[in-house]
Amino acid sequence: MRKVYIIWLREIKKYIRSKSRVIGTLGMPLLFLFVLGFGLKSRISVNNGDYLDFIFPGIIAMSVLFTSMFSGISVIWDKQFGFMKEMLVAPISRTKIMVGKTLGGATTAVFQGFLIFMLSLLMGIRIHSFSGFIVALAFMALIGISFTALGISFGSRMEDMQAFPLVMNFVIMPLFFLSGALFPLEGVPKILRMIALINPLTYGVDALRFGLVGISQIPLWIDFIVLAGFCVLTISVGTYLFNKTSV
Amino acid sequence: MGIIQLKSLTKKFNSLAAVDGISFSVEEGEIFGFLGPNGAGKTTTISMLSTILKPTSGTALINGFDMIKDKADVRKSIGIVFQDPSLDEELTAYENLTFHGVMYDLKKDMRERRIAELLNLVGLEKRKNDFVRVFSGGMKRRLEIARGLMHHPKILFLDEPTLGLDPQTRANIWDYIKKLNENEKITIMLTTHYMEEADKLCDKIAIIDDGRIMALDSPQNLKSIVGGDVVSIKSPDTKKISNAFAKEKWVNKIKIHDGAIDVSVNKAEEMLPKLLKITNEIKSEIISISVHKPTLEDVFLHFTGKTIREEEASAKDAMRLNRRLWGR
Repeated sequence: MRKVYIIWLREIKKYIRSKSRVIGTLGMPLLFLFVLGFGLKSRISVNNGDYLDFIFPGIIAMSVLFTSMFSGISVIWDKQFGFMKEMLVAPISRTKIMVGKTLGGATTAVFQGFLIFMLSLLMGIRIHSFSGFIVALAFMALIGISFTALGISFGSRMEDMQAFPLVMNFVIMPLFFLSGALFPLEGVPKILRMIALINPLTYGVDALRFGLVGISQIPLWIDFIVLAGFCVLTISVGTYLFNKTSV
Repeated sequence: MGIIQLKSLTKKFNSLAAVDGISFSVEEGEIFGFLGPNGAGKTTTISMLSTILKPTSGTALINGFDMIKDKADVRKSIGIVFQDPSLDEELTAYENLTFHGVMYDLKKDMRERRIAELLNLVGLEKRKNDFVRVFSGGMKRRLEIARGLMHHPKILFLDEPTLGLDPQTRANIWDYIKKLNENEKITIMLTTHYMEEADKLCDKIAIIDDGRIMALDSPQNLKSIVGGDVVSIKSPDTKKISNAFAKEKWVNKIKIHDGAIDVSVNKAEEMLPKLLKITNEIKSEIISISVHKPTLEDVFLHFTGKTIREEEASAKDAMRLNRRLWGR
């Protein structure tokens, strides 16, 4: 357990020390929040609610998604700069290394989502209830763990540090745009609704919206089952691929 | 019973054998050198012994543990300094060592004591809380050596410990290696393609080429196999002198070239007076005399039929160094 903790701690330390990473990852979600939220606020309302209220849980999900997926690059870094060898020859199983890295990435992702949340509060957004906030936090963690594990899966398979962000954008953008973060699931073309319902992030966004704003389109327990299932799946795949990675 | 015993260890990449069924053993407390050109199979062997690469066939016993069946015990018995840097440069020296200590189950007070002890040994105690990224190449190497020793390993593997370092730093690292072999009573197995390094440091040397062991002995014995010391005598009448020498039993070999005679003898220092006495008796003039001890270079040539290509090596070093510079 202490070994998993020290791997987690290393990820956190590296994250805190790279200020540009913290601020850089805030940029995109803030831009979305600002441009879409405030820009379309007066024109669009969803279910008789404010559009800014509707999308801000989605923006938080976006922030968690970005940070967690990109944290998979640390696997490639460790391979490139040799630190992976130091971990692989230590008397610790690869599965534990993978768990430590996943928890580390997920923690930074949740923190990043929390920053967006705080900034949203500063912009005048009010949340629904405190218990709802706890639910939202739990789902942020689920999203964070799932997608960090997915990022690590990619990182385990790749060697090229330049290619990683390209591939990630290719995966992240569709995940985000087709998740129901920006539009409600009712009254959209059937095909779009279908795709959104296949996308695991949709359930995370829905649960966040339920917790923070009190609007929900899918029952919470379904959100939980789908996302928890997805989480188990990505961790299994991530562990399998990380076990196969070579230096 | 050696502390490391290789038993026909083999690693094939596709059909090419990088390590071709090598067997030998390393005794406890030795500094054992693994000498060979780049691509001879040194790093592959070390990777297998340190359990990060699975052998195609064969195995090795390390500190009595089988490297395939008892991986965890083997890992606890060994410390490794890899050929390429493997520190986290965004962490401090102290944090790198702490990470290692936790990984190897050292309790906190034990860990702190060991960190202080080792930083002192490698002369980095004042840089404890500095980020590794500001360290010079030599400092990083020393820190890596300290890290490899954190968990009191019985054996330390050093893969090209002075590659890409300047001569002064290199000599510095050699001192540290010698010191810890004495102070920590630790068995050291190092790979190198520097002749001087193998000669200065090692109690025993295995010469490896194309994945096979060509020779294994102490540097002194290896050199004596080549035929003892060489006395080079410059003289106008080389013929006469060589005829006179040829009658003596203690002369191993005589070769005349470019107006000089090369005489191979054992213990040249003691034979020099005898040689001079003979040349005096036959009244031959001598222009100059030089004694040349056989080097490992001669040994390597003797066993493999080629010299270690230093030029080739340095091109590779340069590339590696470049990678380090561009790394971060």
